Amino acid sequence: MIAWTIYITFAGAVLLLFLPRAVARWVALCTAVAGLALALVALVRTPIAELAHFRTIVRVPWVPQLGMHYHLAIDGVSLTMVLVTGISAVSTVLFSWDVSHRQNEFFFWLLVVVAGCYGVFLSADLFLLFVFYELVIVPKYFLIAIFGSTNKEYGAMKLTLYSFFGGMFVFAGILVAYVTAESLDLNELAHFPFSPQLQSWAFPVLFLGFAVLAGVWPLHTWAPTGHAAAPTAGSMLLAGIVMKLGSYAGLRIAMNLFPLGFQLWSKSIALLAVVGIVYAAAVALRQRDLKFVIGYSSVSHMGFVLLGLATANVLGVSGAVLQMFSHGVIAALLFAVAGRMIYSRAHTRELERLSRLNLGQALPFAAVTFVIASAASMGIPGFSGFAAEITILIGAWERYPVAVWITGAGIVLVAAFTLRALKQSFFGDRIEATAIQQGRVPVDPDWNEQESISVAEKTGACLLMVSTLAIGLYPRALLDRIMPAVEAMRFLK
Amino acid sequence: MSYLELLKLASPEATVVATALVVLSVGLMIRRPAAPCVSVAALGLALAAGAVALLPRQATLLGGVLVISPLTSLFKIVCVGLALFTVLLTRWEKTPRHVGEYLAMILLATVGLMLLVESEDLLMIFIGLELLGLSLYVMVAFDKSDIRSAEAGLKYFLFGSVSSAFTLFGISLIYGIAGTTALAAISEKLGAIAGQPLLAVGIVMTLVGFAFKIAAAPFHLWAPDAYQAAPVPSAAFIASGSKVASFLVLGKIALVGFASVRGSAAWHGATAGWSPLLAALAAMSIMVGNLAALVQSNVRRLLAYSAVAHGGYTLIGLVPGSRDGFSAALFYITVYAVTLMGAFGVVGLVRRQSGGDDLSNFSGLHSRSPILAACMGVFLLSLAGIPPLAGFFGKFYLFSSALRGGTDQNLLWLVGVALFGSFISLYYYLIVLKAIFVEAASPSDAVARAPWNFVPAMLISLLAAAVLLLGIYPEVLTARILAALS
Repeated sequence: MIAWTIYITFAGAVLLLFLPRAVARWVALCTAVAGLALALVALVRTPIAELAHFRTIVRVPWVPQLGMHYHLAIDGVSLTMVLVTGISAVSTVLFSWDVSHRQNEFFFWLLVVVAGCYGVFLSADLFLLFVFYELVIVPKYFLIAIFGSTNKEYGAMKLTLYSFFGGMFVFAGILVAYVTAESLDLNELAHFPFSPQLQSWAFPVLFLGFAVLAGVWPLHTWAPTGHAAAPTAGSMLLAGIVMKLGSYAGLRIAMNLFPLGFQLWSKSIALLAVVGIVYAAAVALRQRDLKFVIGYSSVSHMGFVLLGLATANVLGVSGAVLQMFSHGVIAALLFAVAGRMIYSRAHTRELERLSRLNLGQALPFAAVTFVIASAASMGIPGFSGFAAEITILIGAWERYPVAVWITGAGIVLVAAFTLRALKQSFFGDRIEATAIQQGRVPVDPDWNEQESISVAEKTGACLLMVSTLAIGLYPRALLDRIMPAVEAMRFLK
Repeated sequence: MSYLELLKLASPEATVVATALVVLSVGLMIRRPAAPCVSVAALGLALAAGAVALLPRQATLLGGVLVISPLTSLFKIVCVGLALFTVLLTRWEKTPRHVGEYLAMILLATVGLMLLVESEDLLMIFIGLELLGLSLYVMVAFDKSDIRSAEAGLKYFLFGSVSSAFTLFGISLIYGIAGTTALAAISEKLGAIAGQPLLAVGIVMTLVGFAFKIAAAPFHLWAPDAYQAAPVPSAAFIASGSKVASFLVLGKIALVGFASVRGSAAWHGATAGWSPLLAALAAMSIMVGNLAALVQSNVRRLLAYSAVAHGGYTLIGLVPGSRDGFSAALFYITVYAVTLMGAFGVVGLVRRQSGGDDLSNFSGLHSRSPILAACMGVFLLSLAGIPPLAGFFGKFYLFSSALRGGTDQNLLWLVGVALFGSFISLYYYLIVLKAIFVEAASPSDAVARAPWNFVPAMLISLLAAAVLLLGIYPEVLTARILAALS
């Protein structure tokens, strides 16, 4: 049943191209809501025991001579990722409600990205997963290059080429695994005894390829540039979900197929992760553009995911999966506020200029949303970020205590840049005297006063805030499903 | 064998030759011959395809010189199909003078393709090569109003003649060693004397001619001019039909004729033979083709350099010398031919409407004609190797069979070069797509407002749909090719 998320989304995307413009966003919304509904139904109605191992949904021969099957499967980890994709898709469409130019193409590319993500998270055939993985690359280019803002063509090209570059390493790794094991089925491959010598070089190649998309330091520079250039919906989806494709595939493929190689290289991965957390946070502290701050914060939070994966124990990896969910929601919220709520009204993202506007009073809803988003991003208890990060750190303490100390310092940096961004964008205290007028909220003369926060934006924001709060207050809703699935994975044995 | 039987077995070729003669006459007799000639030519090609379908499953002609088998029938249909699209493309070109002669040249080149596909004898292969080549030289130089067409034709002719001379000399050396020109028999004789310098010279010289035909670096220098300056249907035919037949024949010669002197292209244990030679050609073509395409500003020239690169990828399938690899190479080149035919179709229409085929002429195509823009997007992304299009599956098939062919992935170096080339190629395809989708059409472009023809756009959409279908369900073609090869 959950496979229908893929089909409905693709069908909606194609249908959109032939419908009149006025209807486009409604079709997109219905498609996204349908996908989310399916994910929620699956979450609530599937018994937890069934999610403990990678259970096949559909398996149909595709090209039998080459061993390719159309094989979809689900477990707790996949379901979590499908859920966050659904939430992200709905909020992305809502925040793009006012796109006024080439709407059909915009929503087409958007839905293709979403459908590709659903496909990656549900695939159990190596070739099929790679098809969906690469499928997502080109729509990103068009979303940014046509509909983006700052330096859009450069940002789009850099992001796309980096993703494709990672894809080439993944391609090489997949070919090696396929040719050695003569099978493309992930369950079969997970039991195949690859030689230690093969694993020692195939694992880093494969993992590096996935990690580029996940924003590992030092191959992360595409992320801030690309996300700042992207339109709001683009950055929400890219930072929220597409970066998780890399870490998910790293877990599902690289770590599962080459566990010996993983053990050999896990220390290096942990090192890169910690450097990423601290470095990106430090760089974010120096940024002048709000979207760049959020872009670097995404790199920093993905560092947490990689750290969790590197711990190679149930707690750490489960925390990493939870962080993938949590950051998906939080990044979407942050970019939504920065892009749709602030930029399209104030026409600037420079923190300097924003601090002179009195956005805290002009846009109270946006201010509240950004406060909640910042709190979640900093890891304040009650929000999903805390649940995820604490799980990762407890898992990491068993293996890399030093990493936990350094990450603690990183968390302080995260709080620093988040609070700085929050204060300067909404609660600036250098409002110019010339802008203050009697009886009106003092803002910039360029301000579009008619535009209060629309219903679509409020709905999208509430959806995201409720998600992060719900999981923050009751993380067991997801962890109960994630942990058995992680325990069943091969690299832990 | 009586002449009637011979004629029945050679009915496709006979049909095409007859069509060529009829088209010539129609062109001479009728005042405005464009539409009738094209219709007659298309009809004749359709009949020829039907004749191929009616051939027996297995037969030989002229004592084994020509062979009819599932493989040859399949690829004869492919070649006739590509020729059909070429002929239809001619209809919407700005009318060349002497339409009848032009179409007759295309049809005669098709006969050359069919002969190439079904020959199992070195001399017959040479005849097919020459028939194809001579027709193509004329087709490239056909546009007498453009001096660059003549330049391209002359370059192609000079290069081609020298390469043919090399090939003929190589064939004669092989004949001298083996005492026969039949492919199957040559292999045994060569195996007995492997290691002789004369053998190496013979193999290299024979393969030089084919390297020229498939535009493999460093024998590719004719390709950019021919693709850019020839009339669009000629360029389309060279890029598609000629390539398919040449690769099929190259595969047959290497895998059947020279099977015993294969050698190995492994990184840590290369041994002499044709395999390392093809591997070197492949690596050079990929690097030269992709790097040169990065700096092009004319779409046709860009397609030419990308053709060099794709020839390199296809050669990778032949390097391990396995059935799997040959099948992958054939699948890839067929898909590639369909893609380029469509791409040249779009180029032809854009050229006709806006006067040129530089990147600036493609600017804002998405608003001038969404259908053509979408089709071009499909073709270019398939060339770049983006799923779910056929080019992606083709590359996966090629690289996996190359890795499988060696032991312990010792062809990984070649696959690595190919992956790197593939990565570079996305940049220049995205540059073209950027011009088409991202840039806005200049409002002063009055020519751009001219109405697009519905029929050619539909034909091109058909090709784009085929590329998409083969990407989602490649079984349709791979099963046939694998069955034909076993």
